[in-house]
Amino acid sequence: MSEGPVRGWCEREVQQELPGLGLMSVTVELPDGGSLTRGSSPAVRARLRELSNRWRGARAVNVRQEPIPAAYRVFFRQIGLDPDIARTPIEAAVLERMLDGGFLSEGLLADVLTIALIDTSVPVWALDATHVNGPLGIRVSRSKERLGRSPEGPSLGAGRLVVADADCPLAILFGQLGPGHEPSASTRRLTLFAVQVSGVPALHAEETLWACRSALAEDSA
Amino acid sequence: MAFTAAPRPAKIELVKREEQRMAQTEQLVVDRREPDTGFGEERPIGDRLAREALKGQIAKLERELSGLVAQTFPHISPSDHEAELFSGPRLLSLGELERVRDRLALRVGEVQVEVRERSALEHRSRELLRRMKLEPGRYKFVRVPVADLGDGHCGVWEVRPRLGLIGMLAGWWQVKLSSGCP
Repeated sequence: MSEGPVRGWCEREVQQELPGLGLMSVTVELPDGGSLTRGSSPAVRARLRELSNRWRGARAVNVRQEPIPAAYRVFFRQIGLDPDIARTPIEAAVLERMLDGGFLSEGLLADVLTIALIDTSVPVWALDATHVNGPLGIRVSRSKERLGRSPEGPSLGAGRLVVADADCPLAILFGQLGPGHEPSASTRRLTLFAVQVSGVPALHAEETLWACRSALAEDSA
Repeated sequence: MAFTAAPRPAKIELVKREEQRMAQTEQLVVDRREPDTGFGEERPIGDRLAREALKGQIAKLERELSGLVAQTFPHISPSDHEAELFSGPRLLSLGELERVRDRLALRVGEVQVEVRERSALEHRSRELLRRMKLEPGRYKFVRVPVADLGDGHCGVWEVRPRLGLIGMLAGWWQVKLSSGCP
């Protein structure tokens, strides 16, 4: 395992326009032999069941009024997303729980990310660290830029908010990851990143990354 | 970008400002004849203040809308089919922020009307049910869905004859609750 979460950079005009927006990331080394897409351990599955029991209809209806999910809703509006169409990660997860009857296990990495999200309401994403060059940050996409390093990556156009490394955009902010940057079964190094918005304490963003890291460590041990 | 807190001709004003209960100082009036400052350029301080105020208003309206939707769930849909859709997350220009704010203000206004109509319907239904229970004979076969009382989704209150045809002939009427749930 590597050192603790680090604060990412944020382009000046983005920082000026959206104060409070921040990114925290951490790199996690995984032991050989384990696959990120394998089934989760009984402990992780038990945790998902416990969280499913904690999130019932009444709480799901009111999630939009809880402080941290509400902060993400407001932020979505401010960047041109309608949170009732493009749902915030926590609301999307809770809606899925309601439709499926519980947080269903979808493999180790997906489960760990879900647990961290549900525990803290702060979303976290994972990238294959071998394709990440330098620290992650948030910026606006330039014209003719593509998502990810692959020439087959979708064209972004200018002005989109993206998560980028030193070279190129790796993910759309609160959106899809670039093709080829998603962790695969053979990934041994992960870069986890959490996006913090105004109204969300930094502690929660750190907590969500620590939660992922420790769950992966426990499961791999 | 010129902006002022006082209303002037040829300016865009906040939609239904009374309904949104915003303080006068929070209501921005933006001159549409002047172009938006593009991103990448150094913005004047007035522009920045205007944007901050707009974002504050959007936050306030979003919280108000969330409160209304949660309070009246599941009767009022939060979806706004006329909302402007942008191509993914981006830094909005002053004009775009203003349009988001205006549309949200309008949506809050619409939801407030729906909440009032819903509340009136529930009040009327409760009153009707109360009278049905007092004098069932006067409300033969009248039905009141439980959903209209704001108590849940399933079931219907209905005035029915006791013992079927016999009750109908004898004038024995009662209010019954059928479950109606699948």
